[in-house]
Amino acid sequence: MGGRMGPPLHNFNFMKLNAKIPVGPLAEKWSKYKSSQNLVNPANKRKFDIIVVGTGLAGASAAASLGELGFKVKNFCYQDSPRRAHSIAAQGGINAAKNYQNDGDSVYRLFYDTIKGGDYRAREANVYRLAEVSNQIIDQCVGQGVPFARDYGGYLDNRSFGGALVSRTFYARGQTGQQLLLGAYGALNRQIAAGNVTMYTRTEMMDVVLVDGIARGIVTRNLETGALESHFGHAVVLATGGYGNVFFLSTNAMGSNASAIMKAYKKGACIANPAFVQIHPTCIPVHGESQSKLTLMSESLRNDGRIWVPKEKEDAEKIRAGKLKPTDLSDEKRDYYLERRYPAFGNLVPRDVASRAAKERCDAGFGVGSGQAVYLDFKDSINRLGKAKIEERYGNLFQMYEKIVDENPYETPMMIYPAIHYTMGGLWVDYELMTTIPGLFAIGEANFSDHGANRLGASALMQGLADGYFVLPFTIQNYLASQLSVPRMDPAKQPEFGEAVEATKTWNDKLMGIKGSRSVDSLHKELGLAMWDHVGMGRNKAGLEAGIVKIKKVKEQFWNDVRIPGSADGMNIELEKANRVADFLELGELLAKDALHREESCGGHFREEHAMSDGEAKRDDENFKYVGAWEYNGPDKEPELNKESLDYEFIQVKTRNYKE
Amino acid sequence: MDLTLKVWRQENRKAKGRFETYSLKNISPDSSFLEMLDVLNEQLVMQNAEPVAFDHDCREGICGMCSLFINGRAHGPDESVTTCQLHMRKFKDGDTIVIEPWRAGGFPVIKDLIVDRNAFDQILQAGGFISVNTGSARDGNGILIQKEKSDEAMDAAACIGCGACVATCKNSSAMLFLAGKVSQLALLPQGRPEAVRRAKAMVAKMDELGFGACTNTGACEVECPKNISVAHIARLNREFLLANLKP
Repeated sequence: MGGRMGPPLHNFNFMKLNAKIPVGPLAEKWSKYKSSQNLVNPANKRKFDIIVVGTGLAGASAAASLGELGFKVKNFCYQDSPRRAHSIAAQGGINAAKNYQNDGDSVYRLFYDTIKGGDYRAREANVYRLAEVSNQIIDQCVGQGVPFARDYGGYLDNRSFGGALVSRTFYARGQTGQQLLLGAYGALNRQIAAGNVTMYTRTEMMDVVLVDGIARGIVTRNLETGALESHFGHAVVLATGGYGNVFFLSTNAMGSNASAIMKAYKKGACIANPAFVQIHPTCIPVHGESQSKLTLMSESLRNDGRIWVPKEKEDAEKIRAGKLKPTDLSDEKRDYYLERRYPAFGNLVPRDVASRAAKERCDAGFGVGSGQAVYLDFKDSINRLGKAKIEERYGNLFQMYEKIVDENPYETPMMIYPAIHYTMGGLWVDYELMTTIPGLFAIGEANFSDHGANRLGASALMQGLADGYFVLPFTIQNYLASQLSVPRMDPAKQPEFGEAVEATKTWNDKLMGIKGSRSVDSLHKELGLAMWDHVGMGRNKAGLEAGIVKIKKVKEQFWNDVRIPGSADGMNIELEKANRVADFLELGELLAKDALHREESCGGHFREEHAMSDGEAKRDDENFKYVGAWEYNGPDKEPELNKESLDYEFIQVKTRNYKE
Repeated sequence: MDLTLKVWRQENRKAKGRFETYSLKNISPDSSFLEMLDVLNEQLVMQNAEPVAFDHDCREGICGMCSLFINGRAHGPDESVTTCQLHMRKFKDGDTIVIEPWRAGGFPVIKDLIVDRNAFDQILQAGGFISVNTGSARDGNGILIQKEKSDEAMDAAACIGCGACVATCKNSSAMLFLAGKVSQLALLPQGRPEAVRRAKAMVAKMDELGFGACTNTGACEVECPKNISVAHIARLNREFLLANLKP
């Protein structure tokens, strides 16, 4: 096996990963699973403690739903309130196969679009289940009082998103994530009030505790007092989001981090497809050195905005020099390159395709602004629909743009450029959302399961809520039913907890003791730059190898020269950041390794060596139609690659085509 | 731009606070206010001093984590933005900027510019939700909602829970915060069954937590980064009155 794998970089193993996919026809798998799984009876539910880390869409919906069922839930977040989790920033919408528009949508079509959008690197059974429960999510959210957009008849409205030929996206202005999260937060608050969920805010997970190889709890750090605490759970659920901040600049929140999944990785959970990172095509371009994060302009804008650069290089140069304004150029002098290259989907091609096309134009010298930007123009829509209609649809986004860039997008086109946005990779989970560690589950963006190599717009909210409301509350019971004989453990009497607390203390002391000369941020920025330059939108072998060398160098610098003022007893914002960056440094290297081993282009992973003559991605199904799950082997040892073969039983694997 | 900053520093909940003065050079007018504070913190770390602790997360005006009283105004001098969306172009070269935490009895200072807003969570736990268990909702289009009402509910639901309204109010009242949630849910048919219970329970919790009464000055509406209207307070009062009429 593995002739193409060539380098003796790592061994791999097909056997370790059992996805536990139910047998039977695709459309019946989930209902069959539900009717045959083990359940926990109501009186026994209150005997189980479940830990949920994270309060985003996945975490809050899971904690609330598990609380409703009668389990005793402990829920953790690093922010001051569960309502702050970064799901709140999702703008555009949430997909569901309701077919309210009568435009031919169906569960199968949503499933198919998601598999195809993911470039045939996601698991059929999981994606079908996702599409199946999508409709229930909308009902649940409406029931909670989420004010989705409605039409004059009082019915729910929809908009279109990339990678689909139907209109299936439900939205609440440009604040869909906020409204869905506040709905889940409301459900969570209800369970907190009922005493079923205990909430721990300003608390960071520092480690997963295993007893006899089974996840039995976590160690946390109280971010206000610095106290290290142990918490027992019969099961531990990680809903800790994605790892986009490994690039330093991303659309993620400043605190979004990969520490929970990295701690799980070091305890034996596999990380799958870390190289599958989504670069979102429509973000506000970088302004300068002190930039701390990037702001997304929702994909929904591509419904009414047209993307272009000047047709002539001279015009682009004049615009960059400030000698020409975009509004001076007539339509004939503009290159609406997405409409030109992809006539069928036009401005609504999937994100990876749109991002690469923007990079291609800018690299070729047609970029505007700093050279790393393209236009997103609403002129035609405003002429067609009127300014009021555009304002109703996107008012808050236009206002946000104006505040940041100081230009009025009603009058001059927006400038946008791709930015790191979402990570499809994450902890490997089986059909029940359990990692390779028994009792440790991962949901939402923290797992790898549903989006393959590229996620379609408005599908992240769908997956987070599907996992939390409708999947995990069933599947976790199948596991817990086998744990009835396990009593609640007292962490004080269980040596594994004490050891984990000690290890965390040693780790913190080590960081505090370095007393070097570099700030955490400066090292994080250096890591981010190495990632963006070598492991970003265009990857190649030499670049990735150079990237790995650079990442290792930053890691060495970090552990020898980082400076953290103050002490670990009490609030210390530099120590918090240092802990996160220490984990990003290891994840960054793993990400680059995964990108190096995957000698093909698929979805968000583009290897320059593997492209068609017209520049489109060249996938290699013969050798890479698998999930690559990396297993930790100890510090400074090469991780092991495990493979889960992706066998498509129900759909035909094709080359993605958004041209016709 | 060159700036002088007067920043509130406070070790912990119990310590006495004080203003410290810092000077900053070469700040880009395109930087956000928090990026300017990042530069200050980088400078402090280089001097081996403890950086200024401030709350922030999404940095795009939606998580509600950032706060700050800047030159006497919640979220600073710009209109309809949070501190993270405030840009340095709103200041002038050579300016002195005074930066304080929210000042309100209900929001004790934890460290420097960080306050404890847990009281907001507690108010919502008292009833700021619709009691619907996962899986029991009917079809989304089975409930028709007049567009105008749905839009108004969305206006009220836009609250990000930052606390600017409380920090601005001379009575430290949380009425606008409360009203956003009560009004959103009262406008929707799904929220009606619990409307009476909700208004009563949330107002009682607010009083219990030591927030002041509303005297209709409207200052909260002016400083709200999401432009939540005091009209929602009127609706809350109506709901509350109704709640007290019905035994």
